[in-house]
Amino acid sequence: MALVGRGVLAGLGVTLTTFFETYPWGRAVLRLMGRQHTNGVVTIEYPDVKQQHAERFRYFPFLVYDKEPDNLRCVACKICEVECPPQCIHIVGPAKDEQGRPLKPKGRPYPVEFDIDVSICMSCRICVDVCPFDAIEMDNNYELSDTDRFGHLVYNKEQLLRPNEYFQQIKPTEASVVDQRLAAKHAKAAAVPPAAGAPPPAPPGPAA
Amino acid sequence: MTTAAVSELLEVNLGPQHPSTHGVFRMQATLDGETIVALKPVVGYLHRNHEQIGEHATYIASFPFTDRLDYFCAMSNNLGLAIAIEKLAGIPVSERGDYLRVIMAELTRLVNHVAVTGFVLNDMGAFGTPLLYAFRERERILDLFEACSGSRMMCNYIRPGGVREDVPEGWLNRARGVVTNFPRFLDEFELLLTDNEIIQQRTRHVGVLPKELAVSASVTGPLLRASGVNYDIRKVDGYSIYPKFPFKVPLGAVGDVYDRYYVRILEMRQSVKILEQALKEIPGGPAISPKGLALVKAPRTFRPPKGDAYGRVEAPKGELGFYLVSDGSPIPYRYHVRAPSFINLTVLEDMCRGQKVADAIIILGSIDIVMGEVDR
Ligand code: SF4
Ligand code: SF4
Repeated sequence: MALVGRGVLAGLGVTLTTFFETYPWGRAVLRLMGRQHTNGVVTIEYPDVKQQHAERFRYFPFLVYDKEPDNLRCVACKICEVECPPQCIHIVGPAKDEQGRPLKPKGRPYPVEFDIDVSICMSCRICVDVCPFDAIEMDNNYELSDTDRFGHLVYNKEQLLRPNEYFQQIKPTEASVVDQRLAAKHAKAAAVPPAAGAPPPAPPGPAA
Repeated sequence: MTTAAVSELLEVNLGPQHPSTHGVFRMQATLDGETIVALKPVVGYLHRNHEQIGEHATYIASFPFTDRLDYFCAMSNNLGLAIAIEKLAGIPVSERGDYLRVIMAELTRLVNHVAVTGFVLNDMGAFGTPLLYAFRERERILDLFEACSGSRMMCNYIRPGGVREDVPEGWLNRARGVVTNFPRFLDEFELLLTDNEIIQQRTRHVGVLPKELAVSASVTGPLLRASGVNYDIRKVDGYSIYPKFPFKVPLGAVGDVYDRYYVRILEMRQSVKILEQALKEIPGGPAISPKGLALVKAPRTFRPPKGDAYGRVEAPKGELGFYLVSDGSPIPYRYHVRAPSFINLTVLEDMCRGQKVADAIIILGSIDIVMGEVDR
């Protein structure tokens, strides 16, 4: 060690360079000196500026409907309820008439109630992975804080509903894959005459 | 009447609410003046029944919980469990999936090692600067994680058979960019720290862990290698596709805090090498094998044969192992986690005895613990 304190001085040089990098004039000086530099400040001033999130960013699930809110894709099969690791989904249904027959206004059963507890959900996306009907997807809105911790943190069906257009808007790539898959499924269902043994995926209903 | 000053032992509790203890951890130190005579680690404040939850959930449902073990290294934790399940049920891994998993695991190592280096410096009193430089770099990698898995830290991405979904378009190029720039940051970081005389004085010959003790206490990870024991599970087991990558296992000589710091820096350089090669060679094809995909879609139909399996990986902190016992049902009969942080913590007292209080803080920091993993 030739000069005691050389290491400290070299370290201070690094902090000084980083300090320069945070200003446009500093970056100009560094360029003149022929030094490589980064773009300085990497932090943003939330909430005035919001971070641009990746398309796959996931936060909380929502239920998808096509065109009208009562035309939701969910058939109340309860698979997601069972598979949700912290058990934060609560489903009542499928809706039934007085004789106990399932109501199928849109050709398929629907849930009477569908609640998800925001405070328990751990944003894992397993519900999306397991849903056979692409009825549930992940939203990227993360500003869900609320002043009423007992009243407002359980989201009911109405609060969870979002149109498919919303899904297409926030996650275009994923939505187009899902749309294609569903279109293929519908085409297949339409090709099979309704008399054939009805498989669990909602067959074309008696209506229409 | 005695003329000499009478010294009395003093008991001091560091933590559980103390910024130096990295979470809710308590060190019960007995001091003679400034010197530590005895030190008892007290754990359990963050116990959340991880193993019990694992015994009531399907194999797949345990993945998001493993993210929360060592929350700096979600991807390695996922990988450990995935390997254990693959062993249990004989699930093949797709080739691209294997590469992606190695890429994720090594990126995680970079994330963990820069963060812990920053934190040790923070404990030393270099408040902010090194830690924030480290976090700036870490953020670039976390952005990559967000782009592929949807979450920065709770990735829940790796599955038996591969990864949950393929990386989006352009991701590999972005990753290449990050990896190429990383050595430049490491050089800068080393210029800032390695030769700094204050750091040398604070860390050299502090908290020495002798080789024999390290081995007999089954310490693993950088802590063990800093003591000069050549033991890296990536080499020993050669799991996943690690045998394809030529990389060195950096070793320390003394086993003090400085060696631990430096071994981590060198490990990061090796990880960069692995990453460069993996990003260059990664093949196309499916990111998950058909058997694995079926498991993702329908976790409850998965009934592994009766038996048990132990899967282990070289997590950034050491040997992370998952032990699973299956009774043939969709839910494991026994689910056990061998957490490196917890086992490495057992040598804390031996390293601290005879040292000053201020040194105990950096010794603890240099072990690199995360309470989520210690307590489970
Ligand atoms: S798995 Fe899908 S269809 Fe079934 S209840 Fe859940 S959201 Fe509805
Ligand atoms: S994201 Fe995970 S925790 Fe949240 S509702 Fe879906 S399965 Fe449950």
